[in-house]
Amino acid sequence: MAVQSSFKNMTLCLFAVCIVSSALLAAVYAVTEEPIAEAEHAKTVRAIAVVVPEFDGEPVADTIEVAGKKYPYYIVSKDGEPAGYAITSSASGYGGPVKLMVGVTADRVIYNTTVLSQSETPGLGAKCTEPAFADQFKEWNPAEKTLKVKKDGGDVDAITASTITSRAYAVAVETAVAVYDAIVAENNKGE
Amino acid sequence: MGKFQLITKGLVKENPTFVLLLGMCPTLATTTSAINGMSMGLATLFVLVLSNMAISATAPYIPDKVRIPAYIVIIAAFVTILQLVMQAFTPDIYETLGLFIPLIVVNCIVLGRAEAFANKNSVVDSACDGLGIGLGFTLALTILGLVREILGSGSAFGFKFISGDGILVFVLAPGAFMALAYLIVLFKKVTAKKGE
Repeated sequence: MAVQSSFKNMTLCLFAVCIVSSALLAAVYAVTEEPIAEAEHAKTVRAIAVVVPEFDGEPVADTIEVAGKKYPYYIVSKDGEPAGYAITSSASGYGGPVKLMVGVTADRVIYNTTVLSQSETPGLGAKCTEPAFADQFKEWNPAEKTLKVKKDGGDVDAITASTITSRAYAVAVETAVAVYDAIVAENNKGE
Repeated sequence: MGKFQLITKGLVKENPTFVLLLGMCPTLATTTSAINGMSMGLATLFVLVLSNMAISATAPYIPDKVRIPAYIVIIAAFVTILQLVMQAFTPDIYETLGLFIPLIVVNCIVLGRAEAFANKNSVVDSACDGLGIGLGFTLALTILGLVREILGSGSAFGFKFISGDGILVFVLAPGAFMALAYLIVLFKKVTAKKGE
């Protein structure tokens, strides 16, 4: 059915298949590049809007290095005053990294948190996205309450049978607070 | 074989999941809910139809010794197109299925149909075959996802009808094996009665 194989036609054939496929991919990539970027941006903006108080204008993106690791964050302001920081941080959970967006207001209180990505066990650790667990971090003041699960002597109510996930969530929030402190320290140095 | 039979054969007689038992990896992994199962099925359907058509059209010109690499490149191209399109227009579904979209490249159903059917049949017949097998796969994954969702989370297609959790194990991997096994038993029983 197929043509006889020879070195020349095998090479030519594979070459042609690869050229056509990559040309096709390049075309599709060009078309979808913008919508993909838009979808990612929309997702980030949605996450920011959840974790910080009301703001005006566009969030300003920036990154800071804390302890050798880079953390992207967004500053939002209202009436020219910085209203809060949306900080992305992550910690290892049970099934991979738990990535969070943590909003910290200018008075060093956590406004809200949201999960950007996680791959915890469905029905157990994955419950960290549900309000029953996540809402306890609303208005959390790290100066008064310790960001550790109760088992470890902190104030975080862990998810039943998912201590590792709860611990990761608490660690990620704590990291975000540390990043916040670093941002403030850097701002003060600049002035 | 008529076009219609080509399509229905994939649904029942040669159902990739319940009869041929192909593509078990995405079958077990992505059917945590009916919607997830259906999305995975439709994604595979899309790749199957297009790759079947492309392979059937190019097969006469591809030397026998390099046909497998050529098929894999063609399939991979369609999978990547699908991946980009999903990322752009249905980011939520893309995120849930995640790794299993690029893994369609090595799904044995797709390469299996290319080898067993598309490279010796006409473009239209191959499209019908891809459609049939793809629909069979989608149907199987949707049913499996639905069963697991009903038992595991007490909801169907995202609509919750009990409060609280279901039988958690059905959302996890062991539940996938159990649900699939019982569905295969049921499928065999039903088709055996009808057939012979």
